[in-house]
Amino acid sequence: MTAAPPRRRTLAGLAFAALAAVAAAAAEIPVIQAMQDDDTANPGMLFVLDGEAAWNRKAGAANRACADCHGDARVSMSGVAARYPAFDESRGRPVDLEQRIEMCRGERQQAPPLQFESQELLALTAYVARQSRGQPIAIADDQRTRKFIDAGREIFQRRQGQLNLSCAACHDDNWGQKLAGAPVPQAHPTGYPLYRLEWQSLGSLQRRLRACMSGMRAEPYAYGAAELVDLELFLMKRAEGLTVETPAVRP
Amino acid sequence: MTARILINVPAKARRGEIIEIKTLISHPMESGFRVGFNGALIPRDIITRFVCTYNGEEVFRAELSPAIAANPFIAFSTIATESGTIAFAWSGDNGFSAAEFATITVE
Repeated sequence: MTAAPPRRRTLAGLAFAALAAVAAAAAEIPVIQAMQDDDTANPGMLFVLDGEAAWNRKAGAANRACADCHGDARVSMSGVAARYPAFDESRGRPVDLEQRIEMCRGERQQAPPLQFESQELLALTAYVARQSRGQPIAIADDQRTRKFIDAGREIFQRRQGQLNLSCAACHDDNWGQKLAGAPVPQAHPTGYPLYRLEWQSLGSLQRRLRACMSGMRAEPYAYGAAELVDLELFLMKRAEGLTVETPAVRP
Repeated sequence: MTARILINVPAKARRGEIIEIKTLISHPMESGFRVGFNGALIPRDIITRFVCTYNGEEVFRAELSPAIAANPFIAFSTIATESGTIAFAWSGDNGFSAAEFATITVE
């Protein structure tokens, strides 16, 4: 690496810097960190309970529950969220965890699709992702996924919107600084779907990305857009080695 | 959807010990001041009252207002006097009511 700006991290330094920064991002507000760590104080756990009920509830024309095929989620779903978004053969591109659940719902349960950001989809996703808590993020980097990771990186670095900002302009070059009084994080999506106190609800990574885009006065991609999934994939690849925190709590 | 409730009460305590009790319940706590997509006010829908009883005796009560966020988290302390049941009850607008209990062993 030559003449990299001081805040641009090398790949080797990524894990250490990121670990420290993620811990710092939450630790800056110890009350929120304590809330996240206590399962009886973490409001995201209310959604996990809903998700557990939905996991065991029969749905659709097939009259099958998730549990009828996958059994105990604590076993079958352990580690799954740590490797999503993942490449899907039938679609020929990566799908995120929400889309994977929707596909399973449509094809196996023959149930009507859940809407993005619906309570039930968030709850199911949180329940599935909860089973990977504490496991390191590991995204497959192979011939099939590489071009989508690159596409995500390109979106991350592309300047867009009326403010002419890129994701990287804040989250690579200025993390740790303040934006309107709030710390700029490194944008590692380790705890999604997460409970944001501002939202007073659980929300997906796509919701967060869209909020960031409208913040830089760019046109947000629609829910489920290929670009959003590519960006999710790149961000998860970028966060590789950090542990899953779902359901995280953020201000 | 029925309300989800999370309770944290220590399973065991010494007699006379101060114990912390934490409760969390899922509820939208719709303030009644927000306007929906059609321009009309969204009607108020909040929890108005929370009561905790320890072996039938009231030890803590809260009156909740529209300014309280969704999924209210209420933590408080009491003195562990004897083994028994600590019961929690929430009630509010539109006939909302929910209840939960926990048992405690005091030595």
